[in-house]
Amino acid sequence: MYEVRSVVTMFSASYEYDVTVKACARIRRLVISVTDLRKTALFETHKNLKARMVPFGGWNMPVEYSGIIQEHTAVRTGAGLFDVSHMGEFIVTGPQALDLIQFITCNDASRLVDGQAQYSALPAEDGTVVDDLLVYRESANRFMLVVNASNIESDLEWIHNHNSFLARVENITNATGLLALQGPMAEETLQVLVDLPLNQIAAFRFARGQVSGVDATISRTGYTGEDGFELYFAASNSEQLWNSILRAGRRHGLLPAGLGARNTLRLEAGMLLQGNDIDRTTTLLEAGLGWIVKHGKGSFIGSDALAKEKAEGPRRKLVGFEMLGPEIARERYPIWIGGQEVGYVTSGSPSITLKKNIGLAYLPVDLAVVGETCEVVVRKRDCKAQIVSTPFYKRSSK
Amino acid sequence: MNPEGLLYTKDHEWIHVAGDVGTVGITLHAQEALGDVVYIELPRVGDKFESHNSFGSVESVKAVSELFMPVAGEVIEINSAIKDAPETLNSDPYGKGWLLRIRIQNSAETTALLSAHAYDQYIAAEA
Repeated sequence: MYEVRSVVTMFSASYEYDVTVKACARIRRLVISVTDLRKTALFETHKNLKARMVPFGGWNMPVEYSGIIQEHTAVRTGAGLFDVSHMGEFIVTGPQALDLIQFITCNDASRLVDGQAQYSALPAEDGTVVDDLLVYRESANRFMLVVNASNIESDLEWIHNHNSFLARVENITNATGLLALQGPMAEETLQVLVDLPLNQIAAFRFARGQVSGVDATISRTGYTGEDGFELYFAASNSEQLWNSILRAGRRHGLLPAGLGARNTLRLEAGMLLQGNDIDRTTTLLEAGLGWIVKHGKGSFIGSDALAKEKAEGPRRKLVGFEMLGPEIARERYPIWIGGQEVGYVTSGSPSITLKKNIGLAYLPVDLAVVGETCEVVVRKRDCKAQIVSTPFYKRSSK
Repeated sequence: MNPEGLLYTKDHEWIHVAGDVGTVGITLHAQEALGDVVYIELPRVGDKFESHNSFGSVESVKAVSELFMPVAGEVIEINSAIKDAPETLNSDPYGKGWLLRIRIQNSAETTALLSAHAYDQYIAAEA
């Protein structure tokens, strides 16, 4: 029994670890010492709430408060509040801000209007994934990019190295707080604190407003599969905003929620986790992200490789699966079909909402067929699973 | 904080010894570290293990953890009730959440285990 192993198994993103259960058991210390970790402005607040803190992407983050099951359920039925200030924010400005973004990302940012956000990715030349991100258009010459915590420095370097445009890129991560309020009661909870009608903010739209007297970008986005908002604001206001929202949400069943619930929620919703499901070994098309690859906009990093792959068809595909027995698949577990190892699990977890054990895995295209079965190797035993369509969970529309 | 009268391991298991019968479970600290337990894999009655051998695993929502035998012995009883109610490991780790009973092979091995006080100190130093 050892807690660090648990955490390492859960978030493989940036830590060195051995994948076999046996070897994991022997890991006694994280490679990175806890004192090297960065803290969000809410670190003490989380400790006071008795959160279990874990290293994630170089940050010391709350993985759970009252328990993952309770927090997950709160987000599906009421609301949950996440501190995701570890995410990276870059401001891109200048007359060629859009040109830079069009060159480094695969989605078409020219389709954005002011106040609109877009899911996109930074492809590498070979079509694999440097990172996935959100692109916010604040004005024609000003955009915000929101990237994964573990990639802040490497993304920044990547962007600088490809910035032959008249565009300035500023990393505002440290000065920026980010809270995600997610769940069917998110709008009702937040409405009492803001000075503008939230029902006017559609999905993937955002507006500037005051939340509990704090200037914030109020964005109707999230990573849970529920309705909800992400709020960007000056980090110095973090505690005030956190406490105001928690108070406002009390009667709606709002709970503080950690990275543990965030992971189970996003997986049910079929959303990908960079570092697990997508990385520099997986292409955007293999990951099923062809819908954010827009060749019509012209050439961009990786466009040639992605066009070629599209013409030939990807060799493998990310699929969803459900375990047919009680065992739980975890990332890196091998997958066998017809006596051959054919792929591996990239994310696996109990689905708290569906009460099944679910996961994502890469399989050769000809075997990636919904309804077919495969074997996931769980502690040297072959455990049957069935390939299913994703998302596993889709919220019912209001 | 951990009950007196039990012996503890650095792998965060406990054992209650009565004659040559040992009852084994995981500690309060272990279940807290794991979070919500959702699945438990245990051996069969009759299986034999050396001390420190892995005898099964516990899974929470977020992770898998192996279980290690505090001392060598043969499994004589399994707590079958926890199979359908794994959350018992969270709610009552020293009571209804026990995992299995073993016939202890060599009672001298128990002298190497930690007292409640020594285990308290061990987890305090580890934090």
